[in-house]
Amino acid sequence: MSAHALETRALFKNFGALQVARAIDFTLERGARCALIGPNGAGKTTFVNLITGVLKPSAGSVLLHGEDVTRLSQIKRARRGIARTFQINQLFRGLSVLENVCLAVGERTGACNNLWRAAGARRETIDEALGLLEALRLQDDALKPVSELPYGRQRLVEIAIALGQRPKVLLLDEPAAGVPSAESHIILDVIDGLPPGIAVLIIEHDMDVVFRFARSIAVLVAGAILMQGTPQEVAADERVRTLYLGEQAHG
Amino acid sequence: MGHVLNVAVGLLLDGLAYGMILFIISVGLSVTMGLMGFVNLAHGAFAMAGGYVTVTLMSTFGVPFLLALACAFVLVGAASVVFERLLYARLYRASELEQVLFSIGLVFMAIAAFTYVYGPAPRPIRVPAFLSGSVDLGFRTLPAYRVFMVAVGAALVAALWFGFERTSLGAKVRAAVDNRHMAQSVGINVDRLFTMTFALGSGLAALGGGLAVNLLGLTPTFAIQYLVFFLIVVAVGGRGSIRGAVAAALVLGITDNAGKYLYPAGGAFFIYAATIALLLLKPAGLYGRE
Amino acid sequence: MAGSERTAAPAAAEFLLRRHRWRAAEALPWLIAIGAYFAFPDYLALGTQILIGIMFALSLDLVLGYAGILTLGHAAFFGTGAYAAGLLAAKLGWGEPLTGLLFAGACAALAGFVSGWVLLRYRGLTLLMLTLATAIMLYELGNARADITGGYDGVTGIVIKPLFGRFKYDLYAHTYYLYALAVLLVLFVIARRIVYSPFGQALVGIRENLGRMQALGSPVHRRLVTVYTIAAAMAGVAGGLYAQSNAFVTLSALGFERSAAVLIMLILGGTGRLYGAFVGTAVYMLLEDRLATLSPEFWQFGVGLVLVLTVLFARGGLFGLLERAARAAKRLWR
Repeated sequence: MSAHALETRALFKNFGALQVARAIDFTLERGARCALIGPNGAGKTTFVNLITGVLKPSAGSVLLHGEDVTRLSQIKRARRGIARTFQINQLFRGLSVLENVCLAVGERTGACNNLWRAAGARRETIDEALGLLEALRLQDDALKPVSELPYGRQRLVEIAIALGQRPKVLLLDEPAAGVPSAESHIILDVIDGLPPGIAVLIIEHDMDVVFRFARSIAVLVAGAILMQGTPQEVAADERVRTLYLGEQAHG
Repeated sequence: MGHVLNVAVGLLLDGLAYGMILFIISVGLSVTMGLMGFVNLAHGAFAMAGGYVTVTLMSTFGVPFLLALACAFVLVGAASVVFERLLYARLYRASELEQVLFSIGLVFMAIAAFTYVYGPAPRPIRVPAFLSGSVDLGFRTLPAYRVFMVAVGAALVAALWFGFERTSLGAKVRAAVDNRHMAQSVGINVDRLFTMTFALGSGLAALGGGLAVNLLGLTPTFAIQYLVFFLIVVAVGGRGSIRGAVAAALVLGITDNAGKYLYPAGGAFFIYAATIALLLLKPAGLYGRE
Repeated sequence: MAGSERTAAPAAAEFLLRRHRWRAAEALPWLIAIGAYFAFPDYLALGTQILIGIMFALSLDLVLGYAGILTLGHAAFFGTGAYAAGLLAAKLGWGEPLTGLLFAGACAALAGFVSGWVLLRYRGLTLLMLTLATAIMLYELGNARADITGGYDGVTGIVIKPLFGRFKYDLYAHTYYLYALAVLLVLFVIARRIVYSPFGQALVGIRENLGRMQALGSPVHRRLVTVYTIAAAMAGVAGGLYAQSNAFVTLSALGFERSAAVLIMLILGGTGRLYGAFVGTAVYMLLEDRLATLSPEFWQFGVGLVLVLTVLFARGGLFGLLERAARAAKRLWR
């Protein structure tokens, strides 16, 4: 049977006495559209950091297409097909939008290993990057420094960079966070339009987005997976309802 | 055999005294770097200023040694607040490169200014009679000034430890070193805290500089000459850690002193090799946080 | 409608693809250098040292301006190259200048590769301390082995054969000036190509956002070691030329003052522009030649003051100011 796109087995992470990830068994299939939800402080971003290799687990393993990548660095895992966006934009602020995406493409194809030829190696890189910008309707901003774009469009550049890696697994950390609601639909359209072959995990708080986009949902509470299932199953689950209804009663 | 022991004890005491000076001067740098992350290469200039203030008060105004030291502490500490508010505060968000360049610029200005006023020749100092000569500890006689240095150093270590670990002010500093944003959200005024620790650190540097005149000599290049060692104390000890500063300063003082005695041509080599080795193994220093 | 949406894109592509082409204004520094050869025949010894200084600052710009590696020990490579070329001539009797430079560059490159491979895993204060400590350690080593390095007196008796067997060296350094200018041109062309290449872009990416580059799968360590080694080689060539043109080398070639001075010259001129190295070095060394002998304290105070003012008000250095002035002039013209 073919391997899952992404799998974690019994993943633990401790910071001293503080346990931020507990026995996480999680799978993500090829072409999946999965949302990771949970209260603030549940450890969702920590989980993403464990998957991408920013954090090393205290125990357990991470597998990418069946290959154990637990010992590999963030850089090596990225080269094996994991891409992510950050909750707070991590862009090359002084560079233009096009250059931002060119870096992602160039690093992937190995064009950036070239010290000597300026133009030749770059044409393919630029063409591919422009294609991505067009798909995200950013092409008019191609030469603008990223710092001059409104926040919503910067978020799109963040996604464009991740797509430039041609990932097999894409982790989106609250992609619409901080974006004014007038602009957030563009981001949601982009997420809807992602290539079907990519396995996508999206961390999200907004339940409308979650139910619009997700074909499966995982619920993370206090560093452990409460449940993983279809949107209907999750919506019907008593514990989840208490969690969110209880939260709303306090909020 | 007895001779070797004598030499060893002498070296140890010299090294301890030297290490204490390094600690007294560097501890302020360690705390301010731990607190604000500001790379201040001009810290040595405060020590140098302390030395010159002490010497000038003694020779021109006839102030007794200990009082002159205290005045240096207060005067330089107060002056540093002006620098901090007017200049340093503008660069807290700046890159490391900019902080390094800025502080190098300040050191150059300080060295030039002191050379202009005092000339490049080393300044002599006449320590009071009860500190020159030897002190008889019963089993052994030791040079009085060195003993004094070690005693002052130990007292300061104790005072700083107490202040850091036992007072609420110290707790606030520790909290802010640990996590500045968290401390701010809990209501700690980190900026004011920083100004206070900066003043204290610079005052201590001045005190150390005044104490150092008799041991290390005082020229206008003092600020740069020993800068590397101050930085080593901070980097190897771990920024923001008083314990680390004590450990690093004492080891550095003893090792450098012994190295210069045993291998006069290039004995310093071992210090740098050891520093590199240590930083490669523990990049955040002995007691630093990653 | 669709047509106007597409016009932005190809224009952007063309812009990026053309960016590396030489512009007319770039001939200026070379014209000035050649003009100086004819206009100031009595000052060519100073001119040669300025050209050497520019080479050194250029190598630092690759490391610091483009890759963002904060180092206080770059003189280690200059000094390695200087001693390599000096000892080759003085102790081994090999006086051919060009191969001497190649040897100097190779030795410095080796030093750069080894130290870079170890040190460039670290960042921030740790890296600063490591580069500083490594350079000082090398200096102390040189001190300790005075039998090789000549200690404070340095290496003397460096005899360099005429370039290509034909161009002899005269008292007024005419040949050396042109020799240095040619070497500078070669090094500059190399640096410029690297900077405009995709590799150069990756360096900028590493400088601007290291975390992002790691998340992209960029082999950061490999990139940094590569540029560090190349820059070390360039600094070594500059050092070799220094030894040949001065016919002696002392430990000052390795010292902290030299690392600090080249850092100041580059900042003054402006980092990350390549031409900042030209402007900063020339201005600094010309002023130093005039002012430092008049009053060393005022010179030092002035340097410190300019440094402080540059950091506070003119982050792009002199070259940045020139660019701003040129842009303002262009706007006035319209």
